[in-house]
Amino acid sequence: MPGKLKAKIVAGRHLPVMDRASDLTDAFVEVKFGNTTFKTDVYPKSLNPQWNSEWFKFEVDDEDLQDEPLQITVLDHDTYSANDAIGKVYIDIDPLLSSEAATVISGWFPIYDTIHGIRGEINVLVKVDLFNDLNRFRQSSCGVKFFCTTSIPRCYRAVMVHGFVEELVVNEDPEYQWIDRIRTPRASNEARQRLISLMSGELQRKIGLKVLEMGGNAVVGYLQCFDLEGESGLVVRAIGTACTLDKISNTYAPASAINPCNSSPSKDTKDSPQAVPSALGCRSTHSSPVHSASSRLSQGFSVSVPTLLFAGMKHRHRSSEGPRARQCRAGFGEEAPGVPLSSGPPTPLRAQTFSSFSPSKSYSRQSSSSDTELSLTPKTARICLSPSSPTLQSKSSPIPTTKALRSTTPPPLHVSQSDTAMLRKSVSFSEDLLLAASGMGSGGSAGKEAGPLKALLRQQTQSALEQREFPFFTLTSFPAGFLLHVGGVVSARSVKLLDRIHNPDEPETRDAWWEEIRQEIKSHAKALGCHAVVGYSESTSICEEVCILSASGTAAVLSSRFMQDGALDMDHRLSRQQAPVFTSGTEKGEGDMGSSASLGFEDLAPPGCGFCHIPYDELNMPFPAQLTYCHCCRRFKVPDVLFTTIDLPTEANVTGKGCLIQARLCRTKKKAQGEGNATAISNLLPFLEYELHTQLMNKLKLRSMNALFGLRIQISIGENMLLGLASATGVYLTPLPSPGGIQIAGKTPSDITYEQHISNMQKKINDTIAKNKELYEVNPPKLFTLDPEAFRCINTELVEEVIGSPIPEPRQRSRLFRSHSESSDEVSELDLSHGKKDAFVLEIDDTDAVEDIHSLLTDAPTPPGFYSCNTEIMPGIYNWTSALQMFTSVRVFRLSNVNLTNQGLNKVFNDLCENLLKSLYFKLRSMVPCCLCHLNFTVAVPEDELIQVAVTAVAMSFDKEQTLENGRQSCDKTLMKAITENEEQLQFPLELTAESSSNPLSSAKGLSEVSGALPSARAPSVDYSSFTDRCSSWIEQLRLKAHTIRRGSIKTMSSLEKASPLPEGRSRSLRSNRSYAGGSVAVVKMTPLSFIPGTKIIKYLGIINMFFIRETTSLREEGGVSGFLHSFIAEVFAMVRAHVAALGGNAVVSYSMKECVFMENPNKNQAQCLINVSGDAVIFVRESELEATPPQPQSASTQTSSSGEGT
Amino acid sequence: MTMELDVFVGNTTIIDEEVYQLWLDGFSVADAVKMRLENGALGECEVSGEVLHSDTMDQYRTFQMCERLLHCPSKLANQLLFQIPAHHQAMLIERYYEFDHMFAREVLGKKLSKGTKKDLDDISSKTGIALKSCRRQFDNFKRVFKVVEELKGPLAENVQHHFLLSDLLAKDYAAVVFFANSRFETGKKKLQYLSFQDFAFCACQLISYWTVGAVDNMMDDMDVDLEKEFLHDLKDLKVLVNDKDMLDQHKSLVCSQLRGRIRVFTEMEANFKNLSRALINIASKLTNTKDVRDLFIDLVEKFIEPCRSDKWTAGDLTLFLTHYTSTASTLETFRYQVIWERYMGVVKSCILKMYHD
Repeated sequence: MPGKLKAKIVAGRHLPVMDRASDLTDAFVEVKFGNTTFKTDVYPKSLNPQWNSEWFKFEVDDEDLQDEPLQITVLDHDTYSANDAIGKVYIDIDPLLSSEAATVISGWFPIYDTIHGIRGEINVLVKVDLFNDLNRFRQSSCGVKFFCTTSIPRCYRAVMVHGFVEELVVNEDPEYQWIDRIRTPRASNEARQRLISLMSGELQRKIGLKVLEMGGNAVVGYLQCFDLEGESGLVVRAIGTACTLDKISNTYAPASAINPCNSSPSKDTKDSPQAVPSALGCRSTHSSPVHSASSRLSQGFSVSVPTLLFAGMKHRHRSSEGPRARQCRAGFGEEAPGVPLSSGPPTPLRAQTFSSFSPSKSYSRQSSSSDTELSLTPKTARICLSPSSPTLQSKSSPIPTTKALRSTTPPPLHVSQSDTAMLRKSVSFSEDLLLAASGMGSGGSAGKEAGPLKALLRQQTQSALEQREFPFFTLTSFPAGFLLHVGGVVSARSVKLLDRIHNPDEPETRDAWWEEIRQEIKSHAKALGCHAVVGYSESTSICEEVCILSASGTAAVLSSRFMQDGALDMDHRLSRQQAPVFTSGTEKGEGDMGSSASLGFEDLAPPGCGFCHIPYDELNMPFPAQLTYCHCCRRFKVPDVLFTTIDLPTEANVTGKGCLIQARLCRTKKKAQGEGNATAISNLLPFLEYELHTQLMNKLKLRSMNALFGLRIQISIGENMLLGLASATGVYLTPLPSPGGIQIAGKTPSDITYEQHISNMQKKINDTIAKNKELYEVNPPKLFTLDPEAFRCINTELVEEVIGSPIPEPRQRSRLFRSHSESSDEVSELDLSHGKKDAFVLEIDDTDAVEDIHSLLTDAPTPPGFYSCNTEIMPGIYNWTSALQMFTSVRVFRLSNVNLTNQGLNKVFNDLCENLLKSLYFKLRSMVPCCLCHLNFTVAVPEDELIQVAVTAVAMSFDKEQTLENGRQSCDKTLMKAITENEEQLQFPLELTAESSSNPLSSAKGLSEVSGALPSARAPSVDYSSFTDRCSSWIEQLRLKAHTIRRGSIKTMSSLEKASPLPEGRSRSLRSNRSYAGGSVAVVKMTPLSFIPGTKIIKYLGIINMFFIRETTSLREEGGVSGFLHSFIAEVFAMVRAHVAALGGNAVVSYSMKECVFMENPNKNQAQCLINVSGDAVIFVRESELEATPPQPQSASTQTSSSGEGT
Repeated sequence: MTMELDVFVGNTTIIDEEVYQLWLDGFSVADAVKMRLENGALGECEVSGEVLHSDTMDQYRTFQMCERLLHCPSKLANQLLFQIPAHHQAMLIERYYEFDHMFAREVLGKKLSKGTKKDLDDISSKTGIALKSCRRQFDNFKRVFKVVEELKGPLAENVQHHFLLSDLLAKDYAAVVFFANSRFETGKKKLQYLSFQDFAFCACQLISYWTVGAVDNMMDDMDVDLEKEFLHDLKDLKVLVNDKDMLDQHKSLVCSQLRGRIRVFTEMEANFKNLSRALINIASKLTNTKDVRDLFIDLVEKFIEPCRSDKWTAGDLTLFLTHYTSTASTLETFRYQVIWERYMGVVKSCILKMYHD
């Protein structure tokens, strides 16, 4: 069904000189969409043409609207010869198709040419009138929102998470079509850009269709990649997580009562898995080359690495397809009679938890005692949010029952802090529940009974997930209560031989390849006792005709709260909702437990440590691991090390700070062709992976940490080498046991000098560990000296009583502790539940080991004031300032020594990465204290002897003083913020609508937003108001500027007068008109993170997904390869910013550079580069402004914020 | 084993002011790295030469890419390629257009042509300023000159408007443009002791009082040229020396005012006629372009040097010139008060500025 696309070409500026004779240009513009082209008049002899064209209207299918970009070509009119193209602008109009995103695209776009780069700018206005399409068989998916962000976007609430969506599209690469090279490279590059733009539009549309089919309205964690397969074609593929999102804007309004989305999740929710413990684990398998045509070769193998990799498959299918929750429950209740039921004092908190779940349902259900008892622990974590007892926060939960009870005292007003908006509704009856719950107690029993329960729970959620082909989630952070347990990293790789894609319409081979890998991942996850994979991603590395497909994720157990099968059953929910008070009244007797059962739903496992508990069976572990009791709750087993691909959960209990940990590896390989090459590669892969893991493990221990988050292992193939780079953020998870040290052992103890050598090394390593403990503050004594309050927590733990005043003692204590820490086993002092740990032993009996140790010690520490991580959240840093610098750095290193050993290669590669990091630290030194977040390394082997490393990250400053003084407090605050965020978000738009009601337009907007809870059709007034808002704020800005100019001139004048020796003279003062002539280029921030500290994202404007090719035939003249790439990356940034600004945004979040393929031919003085970037365009406002001037209409405050920044 | 490619691009363009200065001063990357190492400004962070080299290269590239924009500073504000905070933009522009007074002194009054540009290496070796930097400064002069030359309105303001410079810098440029346009002689040996600042001050005086724009209300004035009419009218001042009565009267008035107030009274009294004649002669000759060019050399040779040889102090000179100017106005037969004061106001302040060693 149709839509009307309208475009208007307003003006151009800074055009290049196209006519040498006059030094001017006769420019005109072609506007093309689909097969329709319009032209503007020629604006003669100007470098700043004002076309001010009419509105060009395209009447098109919405299918086309989604697929096609609007193409704008600026040309120079030539009377005699052919018109010269100046450059092009592609505008993706997808953001205009969703009612919640942008409403108009208007602004200056850089005019881009693949050879010359940016050549001037053009001002364009684009609008879309879309008619509603009710056709059931439609091919379009307009209105489905796409987010690169791998968490629930900040101003939305997940009503439901539907699951994995994937799609791929293949085509022939125009670059390779014209073998005879009739076309110029420029023509084929432009064709490529156009084609890829088209393909990604099509891909998005198809994914959107799948989402609609599933009943969702958005894709979160959308990850789109290009595989340039060379002669065999071009593959564009994407994965994402389909969700039903609800805009948090107006839930305050009575509408929320009607809105079914607000009601709690359905029944499965409550019976969701609770006490399922967990552990680390990382499995990976490789299937070796399978010639796509003939699958003769298909050996598969797995690797097992100490504690990490898992070999073999253990499918532990629980009872077939899981009976419906209710029955299970009942049955279970009977089966577990021996469980002590209530015995503790009543806790008001219970009501609180309860309120955060759905009403009624739970009562009718029974609970096991384990539920009851567990329900206490989560409470403590939440209590900590109260500012009154901030320091207790993370520590109180681990303390056994007595303390837990004590901590349950805070008043029930905490209710308001519980996590989701659902709460609001439940509050009304929470008091009744309070009463109902008062008879209930908690048992002190340990979590042994959790075993059978675990199984049960798993069944239940599994039923929800098992129906899915792939229970995968591309998300890396989750709404509170969604992630229950984490098993460990699962990954799979497969080496394939590419061959020509014969039929672009049937991309079956590629589909089948990925299917295969996903199946493998799924089975790995199962073996870890998990039913889902989170933080899932896929990637490829291609060299000639060999391709490695990789997929990895984290096996996890999820709460089914956000996952339901089928569409929402509204009636059902509503009816359920109606009777809450009744239920609580009538079912009082049994309700005690009922409510506690419902409590247990998520909070069974305390949020701070629950996710660490092993999900698999302790007796039947999928790989060798040392289990201990959780150091927080002491009830469940945790592994000694945990690797994950996800972000650190906000609620996780972490000691100290985190840091970036990288394992780097380079392996030579014989040059080979085709199948032989594929075999060679797949033979090397397992070793590569094994060593990467060993390195990671060693480096982790060296930093005294016990968990990795955001693990990303990248393997790149070149003609004669393989590169492996694993990056992750190491942290010390409080629930997990403290890692032992590293011990070095030699095999031949006879030689004295050798022993001395060993002991030297041992000493070095011990020193490094001690230093790192200090640096990352994972050393408890260090904490004490800094923060006596923190000391108290641990102290309490030791003494097992709350001691009134902790202040007098700490000094002594800390000294004591320090001496312990030197012997590096203070853990045994603290740890009551498990015995001594074996130190990690490294045997240096061969060169490999020496090399390992060497690489361990060569990692330079980050300079003072710097921290680094590759996740979104850096534990231990909470008070970010708004200073922010996103950057991309690319390095290419040439190995001139042809005959390099593995060792030599390793060193080169290692140095390359280390030096790059050092350079970054130096570059950003002015931002200290700061943290490099989301450090994303990409390695490639573009040519025989070249190694390319590209990094994109953001440097964020933080306030050091605060960190030291009240780091804990602010930590609480941020936590609280994170949890109460939803409420805040509810408030803001409300105020906004109230305030702006004076303006009829914006009030119309407000109204439409209020009613927007119902999936509203786009009201035209919405566009209008935001547009006028923007205009008015622009005027505001001008005024502001004028003001400052005036002030500036006054100052300078007076100084002039003083200087003038002729006071009587007619001193002609200079009117200071240093206006930056129309300098109204809005500042657009970019960040790879999903948020900008100190700000609130108030609107998502749509996804940015751009692909550019740049080529040059005058490489030297452009400053060589570095000059060429430098300007290209700057141009890419500029184009991204321009598109965001045109959408009305002031920032890009979740920005990433997916692809950076650089090729050069210095002999011909040529180079070429392809870059693919993506992100989410947003509007943010500063929190301080929100607080200070809540009545500001939104865009005005946006403007001030954007003009106010500068760093 | 070499680094083939090494780039760093920030969303907000990072600009290191120190490196920018090194770049402006025309140092090569290698020299700049050496200087940064020696400066030890990076003391707190341990860095290797390698890191420094990479950073310097990167900065230099950025500056090179910005240079195109700096040629037309107003573009810097609304270009999209680099996101540069406003205060950094201002800094980039200001520093780029700043010039060495030593250099400006050499070029002052010369024609801004290719010929002069060829002599830049001489200037470079004479002043010790890197040739690259000389070229940049020279090109800046030329660029500003070209843009401002034909514009109407106040000179300094035009410079400021088009190049977004600070008030002081814009005034300096106005001086350079003014000197280049009128081609004042500044290179003579006798003028060597004068600094750029001295000349800039004089230029400012001339621009403020002797140009067309000085009288006309900025409507369609040109600040670059001296007002022809005024110069012509200066001939009338001759009467002060040609009319003997007037000369004597003038002298006695001045003497009566200064008696006992200046140390060099006797020398002044003896020399009064010569001094007065010198000043009036300079005024009356200004209709000739050649003599306009020689204005400063004439002032030095005819007036300043005699005074200096008589060991006048600056205070003596001030008193003398003040009363010399004011008493003439009280002469009954003298009818050119306006012209006289316009002339003497400038000449007095110029002489006072130039009267030093």
